Amino acid sequence: MKIVVCIKQVPDTKNGVKFKPDGTLDRGAMASVMNPDDKAGLEAALRLKDLHGGEVTVVTMGLPKAEEVLREALAMGADRAILITDRVLGGADTWATSSTLAGAVRNLEYDLIITGRQAIDGDTAQVGPQLSEHLGIPVISYAQKIRVEGDCVIAERQFEDRYHVLKAKLPCLITALSELNEPRYMTPGGIFDAYDADITVWGRGDLKDVADTDIGLKGSPTQIAKASDKVKKGTGEMINGTPMESAALIVEKLKERHVI
Amino acid sequence: MNLEEYKGICVFAQQTDHRLNSIAFELLGKGIELAKDLKTDVTAVLIGYGIMGLADELAAYGADRVIVVDGPEFTEYRAEPYTHALASAIGKYKPEIVLIGATAVGRELGPKVSARIATGLTADCTKLEIGDFPLHTVQDKEQKHNQLLMTRPAFGGNTIATIACPNHRPQMATVRPGVMRTAGKIEGRKAVIEEFNPGYYSRKDTEILEIVKAVNETADIMDAKILVSGGRGIGGPENFHLLKELADALGGEVSCSRAVVDAGWEPKDLQVGQTGKTVRPNVYFAVGISGAIQHVAGMEESDLIIAINKDESAPIFEVADYGITGDWKKIVPELTRQLQAVRDGI
Repeated sequence: MKIVVCIKQVPDTKNGVKFKPDGTLDRGAMASVMNPDDKAGLEAALRLKDLHGGEVTVVTMGLPKAEEVLREALAMGADRAILITDRVLGGADTWATSSTLAGAVRNLEYDLIITGRQAIDGDTAQVGPQLSEHLGIPVISYAQKIRVEGDCVIAERQFEDRYHVLKAKLPCLITALSELNEPRYMTPGGIFDAYDADITVWGRGDLKDVADTDIGLKGSPTQIAKASDKVKKGTGEMINGTPMESAALIVEKLKERHVI
Repeated sequence: MNLEEYKGICVFAQQTDHRLNSIAFELLGKGIELAKDLKTDVTAVLIGYGIMGLADELAAYGADRVIVVDGPEFTEYRAEPYTHALASAIGKYKPEIVLIGATAVGRELGPKVSARIATGLTADCTKLEIGDFPLHTVQDKEQKHNQLLMTRPAFGGNTIATIACPNHRPQMATVRPGVMRTAGKIEGRKAVIEEFNPGYYSRKDTEILEIVKAVNETADIMDAKILVSGGRGIGGPENFHLLKELADALGGEVSCSRAVVDAGWEPKDLQVGQTGKTVRPNVYFAVGISGAIQHVAGMEESDLIIAINKDESAPIFEVADYGITGDWKKIVPELTRQLQAVRDGI
């Protein structure tokens, strides 16, 4: 089976988020990683390939530097990598991003498309479902326990208070949760091969059936009115004392606020 | 697209098993405020099977009109039929603003609908207001008035951005549950109720093979007024009873951090944070929680935050109103004892 996995390069927040002196996000000071939900999606794809055979193609859209996550994906076991990069694609919101990815995926044969649920920088969770809509295929979001039976995919779709076991005929799009699995490590041989592997690079001209009005900053219906880094709530009052004194002070504060 | 054609506020009134989700009332509460600024009205779109009876409740919470899409294919949420129904209703009624809860349903339905009707969507908003775009006049750029300005956190709550959708309609947002206030219930308030048939849909679909409901014996932490939340510092599942006793003394509930769920000490239902639930109680006790970004994103809107941690440099103290450095095992039982004494009038 042919599986396409959409991945994104994001800043690593494991060691905290770094800001420049002027308060804006310092992306340069943070290492870049493959988005965790996307990595879980890639792992899910590789497991399906282990079971059923086939081919896994990873696709990313971003700056030329995003090639790094493609090489990581190749080292994990992906067969083919495509980088979509073009100045005119920059500044895209989720509509323009999903339109662009759709234009790329239309060039590929696929049975299943897997995206991460959401990227840790934007946190929107919109690109996967929007991509399914552009391609006219069903979506299973927040998927766990993905399996393929014949020409169908079956997965558990999570909600707050329940899950649905959903079945969809292929082709279908699935959005994966990072809780889905523990992604495999790159193998030494894989790293070696990935370093030399060819990465297909596509620009605007390679996108199929996408209008200029649907890509990049100009094709983005949503626009940023104001972006500011979050002002941290001022540090509150520290209470020092014995457990009895500290507890007494908290009781007093709760009384003041009519909690008790 | 003639933007002037689009009028009014529309909210998606999510229901499950014939019960309205609290997000429906929260969206109505915000919708009423926006409608006042725009001098327009609020419509709720209700989708399900055998749910006509819920329309009156939406009216009581402030809907001026309720559009009911009722049919067997809508019994349980599925992406395709719901997208078809909501997109069709938007196509017919042409609202200028559409609000959807950022729930596990809404975060799929919103993107599907926005892509189908080719408009913008802003995710997980925590603030919505009417204003100008651009915010200030800019040379050679028309400033549009009466725009929906949608504010949302990103980067796990570290950054915040305000987004507009100036040239497309409707302006769509998903809204984080627990953030907007309901307007309160007015018994007997009436709304215009209209049935709407979205017609046949032919798109490929998913089939539900099984529905597995979580056995939920605990109250939903999102509804709790007081939460006593434990982290890795609690040390093990055997110690959570001390948090439960404090919660009981205050009429609250126990919640926890992701580390606790990952360790298998408490169920996922109780997890606060970016990958868990967003809570906004009156009082949030963070006990033995270091305050990782992803946790803070789920609780920082709490009215009062009290943190207890042995590490004085724990980031949780940066968001706490009151911080106590020390051994929680001594402080929490003492606090419980004093609260019980107050309650019992000793």
